[in-house]
Amino acid sequence: MTETLKPETPDQLRDAVAWANSDLKPLELVGRGSKRGIGRPVQTAHRLDLSAFSGIALYEPEELVLSAGAATPMAEIEAALEEAGQELSFEPPDYSRVLRMARGAGTLGGVLAGNLAGPRRIKQGAARDHFLGFEGVTGRGDAFKSGGRVVKNVTGYDLCKLMAGSWGTLAALHKVTVKALPRGQKTRTVLVYGPDAAAGVAALSDGLNSPCEVSGAAWLPASIAGRSEVDLVAKPGEAVAAIRVEGFGPSVEYRCQALRSLLAPYGATEELHSQRSRAFWTAVRDVLPFADGADERVIWKISLPPTDAPAFLHAVAEIKGAEAYCDWGGGLVWLALDAPKTGAEGVVRDALKRAESGWAQLFRAPESLRAAVPVFQPQGAGLDALARRVKESFDPNRVLNPGRMSEGV
Amino acid sequence: MQMPTPDAGVMARRGEIADALRAIVPGEGVIVDEDALRPYETDGLTAYKTLPLIVVLPETVEQVAEVLRFCKREGVKVVPRGAGTSLSGGALPLADGIILGLGKFNRILEIDSANRCARVQPGVTNLAITKAVEGDGFYYAPDPSSQIACSIGGNVAENSGGVHCLKYGLTTNNVLGVELVTMDGEVLRIGGKHLDAAGFDLLGLLTGSEGLLGVVTEVTVRLLRKPETARALLIGFPTSEAAGDCVAGVIGDGIIPGGMEMMDAPAIKAAEEFVQAGYPLDVEALLIVELDGPEAEVEHLIERVRAIAEAKGAVSVRASQSEEERNSFWAGRKAAFPAVGRLSPDYYCMDGTIPRNRLPEVLRRMRELSAHYGLGVANVFHAGDGNLHPLIMYDANQPGELEKAEEFGADILRLCVEVGGVLTGEHGVGVEKRDLMETMFTEDDLKQQQRVKCAFDPDGLLNPGKMFPTLHRCAELGRMHIHRGQMPFPDIPRF
Ligand SMILES: Cc1cc2nc3c(=O)[nH]c(=O)nc-3n(C[C@H](O)[C@H](O)[C@H](O)COP(=O)(O)OP(=O)(O)OC[C@H]3O[C@@H](n4cnc5c(N)ncnc54)[C@H](O)[C@@H]3O)c2cc1C
Repeated sequence: MTETLKPETPDQLRDAVAWANSDLKPLELVGRGSKRGIGRPVQTAHRLDLSAFSGIALYEPEELVLSAGAATPMAEIEAALEEAGQELSFEPPDYSRVLRMARGAGTLGGVLAGNLAGPRRIKQGAARDHFLGFEGVTGRGDAFKSGGRVVKNVTGYDLCKLMAGSWGTLAALHKVTVKALPRGQKTRTVLVYGPDAAAGVAALSDGLNSPCEVSGAAWLPASIAGRSEVDLVAKPGEAVAAIRVEGFGPSVEYRCQALRSLLAPYGATEELHSQRSRAFWTAVRDVLPFADGADERVIWKISLPPTDAPAFLHAVAEIKGAEAYCDWGGGLVWLALDAPKTGAEGVVRDALKRAESGWAQLFRAPESLRAAVPVFQPQGAGLDALARRVKESFDPNRVLNPGRMSEGV
Repeated sequence: MQMPTPDAGVMARRGEIADALRAIVPGEGVIVDEDALRPYETDGLTAYKTLPLIVVLPETVEQVAEVLRFCKREGVKVVPRGAGTSLSGGALPLADGIILGLGKFNRILEIDSANRCARVQPGVTNLAITKAVEGDGFYYAPDPSSQIACSIGGNVAENSGGVHCLKYGLTTNNVLGVELVTMDGEVLRIGGKHLDAAGFDLLGLLTGSEGLLGVVTEVTVRLLRKPETARALLIGFPTSEAAGDCVAGVIGDGIIPGGMEMMDAPAIKAAEEFVQAGYPLDVEALLIVELDGPEAEVEHLIERVRAIAEAKGAVSVRASQSEEERNSFWAGRKAAFPAVGRLSPDYYCMDGTIPRNRLPEVLRRMRELSAHYGLGVANVFHAGDGNLHPLIMYDANQPGELEKAEEFGADILRLCVEVGGVLTGEHGVGVEKRDLMETMFTEDDLKQQQRVKCAFDPDGLLNPGKMFPTLHRCAELGRMHIHRGQMPFPDIPRF
C-alpha cells in the first residue's frame, strides 16, 4: 500500500521531505503522473503528491517571464501564453499518447524535470535553456532556491541546469520561473519527397546550414510518412525530409521559396501551410508515429551528431520490427522495435558506439524491462561516479525518486 | 575584501613546489621570477592585485592532469586563468596558490560544418572562433565586448554574454561539450557533438562555475549560419521612460531583435566625444536596435520598429543604409567603456540585471546615489534582457575614492536585487560580489551550492575565496541535523 503525502504549502513540503530524510522513507515525486512511465520504475511506500503547487503566480509578457507552481498543468500555462501571443519556444512535447498515460502534457515542473524539447530544439534550445529560477526542497529537507526572474543571471552556480533533466532525483520543486517568447506569426514547411536516410539528413543539413533560420528539420521513412494524418505527407507513399520556417509573413514566404530551390536537387518539393504544418510537427514532436494503440513496440530516444544518424539507422535496421525517424536535423532518432524482453539494448547501444558522441534512452518499455536495462545511457565510470556525488550533495539518503535515473541515483 | 589567509607552510615550500612542477611541465612553462609573475597579479578588475605563488603554463591535457594531481596531493591551491579579462576578479591570484594558465591551449582542433560545431582548445579567443569559420559563412554567436582578448575557456567559466544574446543566447546556450580535468586529475568528457545530456546536465552546471569545479581543456561550440543581412536603428528619446516603453513595445509586438542596447546621456556624450559616431547629444536615452535575418524580414521589421519608436515619442530615428553606417552606430556603444575611461582616471564597471520595467526607477535612484557619493556614473544597458552596466567614475589616486566607488557599486547591486533582479548578469561573482551574495541567497541556498562544489573538489583547492562569502568545510556541510522518529506534520493531508 502506498501512502500519499500531499503538502499544500512550501513549509509542509519541507516538513514532508525532512521527515522522509530523517526516517529514511523514500518518496516518489508526482505532479500529475503523466511521465511516470519514463525512467526506471520507482518503488516506494510513500508518494509525494505535488499537485497542490499549481497556478500561475506571475506572468509579464513584455518582460518575457512567467512564474508558476511547479505542478501547474501545461494546458493552463499554454493557454495563458497563447492569449498574449507567446509560447514556451522549446516546444514542450506531450508524450501522453505515446506513453498511454491519461491525456495531457502533465505539468510545467515535469517538463522541466525531464528537460524536454520539441523539434524547435535545434534553434531555440530545450527546457534547460528557458528555465530561469526555482524554489524547492533538497533531499536533505532544506528549503532553497536558485536563479531568479531575469534572463541574464550568472549569480552563483546555475542549478536550474542541474534540475532540468534530473527527473526529481535532486530536489522537490514547488515554484519555477521560465522564459516566455513571442510565437511565430506564420509557419510553413517544405517537404522533399523520396530521399533515403543519407540523402534526407544531407538535405536537412543543407537547410540548417542555410541562412533560412530553420526551426524544424525531420526525416520520415516511407512507412511512417504513409501513416501521416497530413495528406501531402502520406499520399505519395515516399520518404520525406521536412523543413520548417516560422516568423513574420513576408520572411516566411521568402525563406520557404529559398529552401524549395535549395533542396530541389534532392527530389520533388511541396509545401505545408499553417494547419498542415502544425499537424505534421505535432506528430513529430509527440512521437505519434508510434502512438497507435496497437503498437506494443519498445521505443528508444537517441541523441547523436546529425551526420552519424544514417549509419546508426542502418546498423539497427535489421532488429525485428525496427522503424525509425529523425528529428533535430538527424540529431534525434526515435526508434521503435519489437524486443519486449531485452529492448535489443546491446544492438542499439553498440550501434551508437560508432557515432562520435551521444546517448540512447529507453523511452517506452514495459516496467520489467525498464527495471532490467539501464534506461539512461551509462556515462562511464568517471562521470557516473561524479553524478552520484552530485546526487549525494542534494539527497544523501536517496529519498527523492531513488533509482529513477540509475541505480544509486 | 578579505581573501583566505595564505598557508605559510605552502609558501615556505615554494622552491620545492616549483621544482616538482618543472618536472611535469618542462621548459619555460613554470614561472617564478617576480618580474615575470607581475603580469598575472590581476585580471580585468585591476583594483585587486596579488602575486601568485607560481604560474604554470601547461601544454597538454596530461600535464594539466599531472599538475592538478600534484596540487591535490600537496594541498596547493589552484587558480585557473584564461586571458585574464574577468571583471569580477575570478582569475585573481592567491599568494599561496598557483595560477594554471591555459594560454598555450590555443588551437582550433576541428571545424565540423556539417554538424555545425567546432572543437577548440580553451585558450582560443572568442573572436578567433568566428574568424576561423566565417569563410564558410558561420559564426560563434556570444560576442562579449572583450571578444578580441577573452578566451573561450574563460567564457565557459563565466557564462559570458554579448550584445546579441537576447536572440542567440549566452555561452551556456551555445556550448555542446567540454573536456574537464577535475582536481583529482581525472579527465572527463561531458557532452559532445550531440544535444542534451544523458544524465544530469553537468555541462550546464559547469558553465558559469567560475573555475571552481574543474579545469576546462577543450570546448565544443555550436556554430550558427551568419544572417543574410543586418540593419540597425539609432533612436533618441527625451526620457529613459520613453526608451523603456519602446523596448517593451518592440517585444510586445513579437519582435526579438538581434541586439537592443540603451545608453544614458553621460554614456552618449562620452562615446560621441570619443569616436564621433554621430549620436544625437540632445537626448536622455539612445537605443540601438539591430534586426538581422533575410532581407525581406529585416525590411519589414525596420519599419515596424520605427513606427513603435515614433509612437513612443522618439525625437530622432535613423535606420542604417549601409554596413558602414550600421557599424558606425555600434562604434560608440562598443567603445563606451574606454570612452568613459577617458573622462575619468578610473572607472568601475557594474553588471546587475533588473526586470526591464523597473529601469526608470533604478536610473533615478542611481542618480541620487551618484549625488550622495559625489561620483559620476554613465550607463550602458543590454536593454532587451535588463542587464545594466553602470560605469562609476572615480580616481584611485584620491584617498578613499576607490572605497567610495565600491560602496556605490554595492548599493547599485543591492538596488538591483531589491527590484527583483540579480547581482550579476554576465561578469560573474568572483571576489567582487562575493560578499553581496547574502543579499540574494539565504545561508541554506549558499550551503547547497557549496555542497555541489564538494562533489567536485572536496578539499576546496580550486579557486577558493571566490563566489562564496563564507567557506565551509565539506565535512561540515555534509552533516545533517535529524530527529528520527518524530511526526512533525500532523497537518499535511495524506491518503
Ligand atoms: C573591456 C571588457 C569588456 C568586457 N565585455 C564583456 C561582455 O560584453 N560580456 C561578458 O560577458 N563579459 C565581458 N567582459 C568580461 C570578461 O571578458 C569575460 O568574463 C570573459 O569570459 C573572461 O575570459 P578570460 O579568458 O579573460 O578569463 P579569465 O579572466 O582568465 O578567467 C575568468 C574566470 O574563468 C576561470 N577560467 C578561465 N579559464 C578557465 C578554464 N579553461 N577552465 C576553468 N576555469 C577557467 C578563471 O579561474 C576565472 O574564474 C569584459 C571584460 C573587459 C575587460
